Amino acid sequence: MEWEPVIGLEIHVQLLTRSKIFSGASTAYGAPPNTQACAIDLGMPGTLPVLNEAAVRLAVKFGLAVEAEIARRSVFARKNYFYPDLPKGYQISQYELPVVGKGHLTIHLDGREKRIGITRAHLEEDAGKSLHEDFHGLTGIDLNRAGTPLLEIVSEPDLRSPEEAVAYMKKLHQLVVWLGISDGNMQEGSFRCDANVSVRPKGETKFGTRTEIKNVNSFRFVERAIQFEIERQIQVLESGGTVVQETRLYDAERDETRPMRTKEEAFDYRYFPDPDLLPLVIGEDFIEQVRRELPELPEARYHRFIEQYGLKPYDAEVLTATRPLSDYFEAVVREAACDPKLCANWVMVELSGALNRAGLEIDRSPVSAERLAGLLRRIADGTISGKIAKQVFELMWDSGKDADTLIEEKGLKQITDAGAIEKIIDEILEANPKQVAQYRAGKEKLFGFFVGQVMKATQGKANPQQVNALLKEKLQGGG
Amino acid sequence: MHNKTLAELAQGLKRREFSSRELTQHFLERIRRHDRRLNAFITVTPERALADAEAADAALARGEAGPLTGIPLAQKDIFCTDGIRTTCGSRMLDNFPPPYDATVVARLAEAGTVLLGKLNMDEFAMGSSNETSYYGPVRNPWNTDCVPGGSSGGSAAAVAAGLTPAATGTDTGGSIRQPAAFCGITGLKPTYGRVSRWGMVAFASSLDQGGPMARSAEDCALLLQAMAGFDPKDSTSVDRPVPDYGAVLNRELKGVRIGLPKEYFADLDPAMAQVLEAAMAEYRRLGVEFKEVSLPNIGLSVPAYYVIAPSECSSNLARYDGVRYGYRCRDPRDLEDLYLRTRAEGFGAEVKRRILIGTYALSAGYYDAYYLKAQKIRRLIADDFRRAFQEVDALLGPTTPTPAFRLGEKTGDPIAMYLSDIYTIAVNLAGLPGMSVPAGFIDGRPVGMQLIGDYFAEDRLLNIAHRYQRETDWHRRLPPDFA
Repeated sequence: MEWEPVIGLEIHVQLLTRSKIFSGASTAYGAPPNTQACAIDLGMPGTLPVLNEAAVRLAVKFGLAVEAEIARRSVFARKNYFYPDLPKGYQISQYELPVVGKGHLTIHLDGREKRIGITRAHLEEDAGKSLHEDFHGLTGIDLNRAGTPLLEIVSEPDLRSPEEAVAYMKKLHQLVVWLGISDGNMQEGSFRCDANVSVRPKGETKFGTRTEIKNVNSFRFVERAIQFEIERQIQVLESGGTVVQETRLYDAERDETRPMRTKEEAFDYRYFPDPDLLPLVIGEDFIEQVRRELPELPEARYHRFIEQYGLKPYDAEVLTATRPLSDYFEAVVREAACDPKLCANWVMVELSGALNRAGLEIDRSPVSAERLAGLLRRIADGTISGKIAKQVFELMWDSGKDADTLIEEKGLKQITDAGAIEKIIDEILEANPKQVAQYRAGKEKLFGFFVGQVMKATQGKANPQQVNALLKEKLQGGG
Repeated sequence: MHNKTLAELAQGLKRREFSSRELTQHFLERIRRHDRRLNAFITVTPERALADAEAADAALARGEAGPLTGIPLAQKDIFCTDGIRTTCGSRMLDNFPPPYDATVVARLAEAGTVLLGKLNMDEFAMGSSNETSYYGPVRNPWNTDCVPGGSSGGSAAAVAAGLTPAATGTDTGGSIRQPAAFCGITGLKPTYGRVSRWGMVAFASSLDQGGPMARSAEDCALLLQAMAGFDPKDSTSVDRPVPDYGAVLNRELKGVRIGLPKEYFADLDPAMAQVLEAAMAEYRRLGVEFKEVSLPNIGLSVPAYYVIAPSECSSNLARYDGVRYGYRCRDPRDLEDLYLRTRAEGFGAEVKRRILIGTYALSAGYYDAYYLKAQKIRRLIADDFRRAFQEVDALLGPTTPTPAFRLGEKTGDPIAMYLSDIYTIAVNLAGLPGMSVPAGFIDGRPVGMQLIGDYFAEDRLLNIAHRYQRETDWHRRLPPDFA
């Protein structure tokens, strides 16, 4: 039988606010344990939460970016369960009325586009961390993270393969970082994923029984965990068994998922509206203000790059991967005023390669967009060849000087004086009579040899087109 | 000095008839002498009190005194006091010194008051007799075989016995008004949101409200003036100006319309009815017009309350897990053992009962039938009051069905205990302000009349109570053993 996987993702995005969602404590990562937890975060008696407006602003920003309905009135609820790193014995979250309603996100996969539904996104506070190592059979609790604002983004079960799931996750990651609502740092837990997975016979419209895979924290592991889970479920069903609704944990080392708790053991979270917080009421003005602050979105920019600059979809995709990269590219195009494809190639190949080797983000690039544009202008106007340009680029990277200064200093200006080139060609033909004879006898492969000799003699500065044309003329014309 | 009102004490301080230090020493001495019989205090803070008094005397000497400067008072042990243990009447917090002041505590301190100590109460404010306290029951100064009421039983007993001129209380279902009635003092539960809940240990967040307990309505007005007001640290506190309560205290009552909810008088004890008749006669002499009104859904308030309050409490009290502060069981074997024994040993029976009720009511499959239903009833009750206040300025009725009952009388029968709050609970469900004012005695035990006002009409309530107290002296009487 042919099986169809059905996948939905729940992604927890840590929001980039300076202070916590219900207290004034700092959200900075990496402080010594329990130094960034105030009385509210510790759940001390008599303390009360006060909602951080900045977190609401970021949630609304996300909602608008996925064209979702923004709830004019949403409600914070308590999710009750006991755990040592959950100080109040409940997590403040949103349950029945989330701040962001139905929206959607378009993913690109193998040249296809697919619209993935977003069911909802809601605000909640993060729990602390339990540290099981280093305490010799005991558990340490670090409450620095307790109260950090999260946006939980729930997708519709619209994903049909592990590849689609990862494409969606990447697209969402790109968007939240692009919007500046999260740093998206997966190692630090700023972007965490739970996956709901089921399979059904192809053509069936009802969903199969699903399992939930908890807390998978890299793109690669999400793909592998879902792949494993699909195969496991198919195996269970094909051997006549039934899939049990349960929560499973992915073990990256053994590349498998293991049961964590079944439906019967599932917590009853006893949600109810938090009486310490009033309903969150969002006015039109607030929404319009956030809408005005929205940047051009990656999907729109992707399409614009294809139309406006004639880029290939793949190139447009690469160049819109992050907002600083696409901004950089556009600045280069604007400044260089030359073929956008040349700009695209240089940004994608030379610049990105150099940044990767140096381990730098684009906003720390030693070569600014203006400087790179200056270099590309010299290619476009024939002052230097593409090959020399690579040399100049390396010098720019190391010296911080601009292209024109370096071309001048190093004498790298292209030789375009036909007389000068002709003279060099004549010398080379004279010095290599044997090769000339062979060429004229039909060994045309030797043409490259002559080009190489000319370039060697000019240290690569001779205009290649002119060299080709003149050489051809001389070799054919002589006799 | 202990039979004087706050206004009288403030005047004495200003005229240098006595210093705040002398006043403070007087009350500390009375606590030392009398509290053994009452058990009203959990913690007495003489050093802090004398330091506060000295600061107040200095302010008085500089002529910088406000209306409460140098006045000693005591805090219900539900209000967090920075560096002073705050037990909430529970073993769970026996060792808990909060690192912050409740807003109420901070505001009263800023007003120059002197902190005498922390007052006994039912554990986590859950009780109507002060018998659920880990620190033992408080006794009623009018009859030490009787309860003082609860949960603010320590506050009521201490004020009644003249161990403090005034106290704070909290009222979730009647916890200021019922003990005020049982002990013959005046207590005001403000509109929900009028007084900040920051630093007030939560029992049922949507119902809890702090308020003053004192010898008179005028004293309550003075205290409320300092306690009330918006607090950005409490999202449920209301950003609305605080009126000058003193300004309208003496306003004439001619033409004031007071409603008599017929449901409050239907099965009323004849002795209680007589007390209220006498009070109404007094009011008629002052020009008040009475009108019968109906609150048809009021009969549902006790069951609705005993779903909502325990539900919120089951969640609010989850934080007491032995992990970060408070009581922790000895040598826990593992996490589950830590939770189970800490909470089994740290909480008393009534608290556990309510946590169980609330946990059940919020459970999947029961939520709609209990919690949601109770919230709908709550809305109906609030609508009943809203309709009534379209016709009248305030409501009058009994605070309690009977005067104070004997210790142990109702501890074996929780439902009977819950019903002792039958007249006060609806006010909390609706979020309205309510007062209890001493109105007479039954068998030597004081009883109170309850006045209920529209939202934020504390000024009107205080005015109505004060005019009555100008004509009567029930609130002036002292229990003979503590005179």
